[in-house]
Amino acid sequence: MVLVKRIMLDVLKPHQPNGLEFAKAIAEHGADYRVTFTVQEVDEKTETVQIIIEGDDVDFDVITETIANLGGSLHSIDEVEVSSTTEK
Amino acid sequence: MKIFDQLGLFLRITGSHTIARRYFVVNGFDGVLTMLGIIMGFYISGEPDTKVIINACLGAAVALTISGLTSAYMSEAAERQNSLRQLEQAMVADLGDSAHGKAARLMPALIAMVNGLAPLLLSLLIISPLWFTAYLPLSPLAASICTALTMVFFLGVFLGQVSGMFWLWSGLRTLLIALLTCGIILLLD
Repeated sequence: MVLVKRIMLDVLKPHQPNGLEFAKAIAEHGADYRVTFTVQEVDEKTETVQIIIEGDDVDFDVITETIANLGGSLHSIDEVEVSSTTEK
Repeated sequence: MKIFDQLGLFLRITGSHTIARRYFVVNGFDGVLTMLGIIMGFYISGEPDTKVIINACLGAAVALTISGLTSAYMSEAAERQNSLRQLEQAMVADLGDSAHGKAARLMPALIAMVNGLAPLLLSLLIISPLWFTAYLPLSPLAASICTALTMVFFLGVFLGQVSGMFWLWSGLRTLLIALLTCGIILLLD
């Protein structure tokens, strides 16, 4: 079984909801998620941000759904860290 | 709780809480001054039958409510759709299913409710003394006028809290406007 431990996303989002709300909404989906939110570029109505999500088993589908629900658009997956576990 | 969180998010991303607050004060003030005007008109006419006064006031209150509901809904829906379209162009994406799309559909209805219900509730409060004529120490119209002036004062206090102005000064300022209105109506007699 392969588990996602860390994922770095490049996201375009509207200014609202702000970074804190955006990061909290993502972190709510996991008991041990750590979310790092970094603004990279600011335009008139949008901002490009880098979001790093770390956890024991990061659920990528739920995260992309949350980003879309908050009006964001996933541009690329820039970095991932996965690990496999042997099921006995 | 989930619904309230969602509603809070919609209010924040659209900035609708300040718009709703503005509409509450503007249309609430409209409602109070309209009621004050009608009641003052009856007062200088020599206090006709209470039922006539109540029906006239209720008619005006209903008209203000419908006007508030429809005008705010139509203007806010147009503004929200325009904002959403501009955001979609910037994002190069359809935001119809996102929080922004849902807020653009829901917030006009919420703002319309505030705009419509503010004059209705304040009007009902102002005409409420007319229903309890037997229990009042002063004439029902005088009691209604006092209630209207109190409402105007509290709207001013509320505005003072929003602007950070001293509450008493802000309340007295709106009260002065209402007293000026009463004075002009009295001059008609």
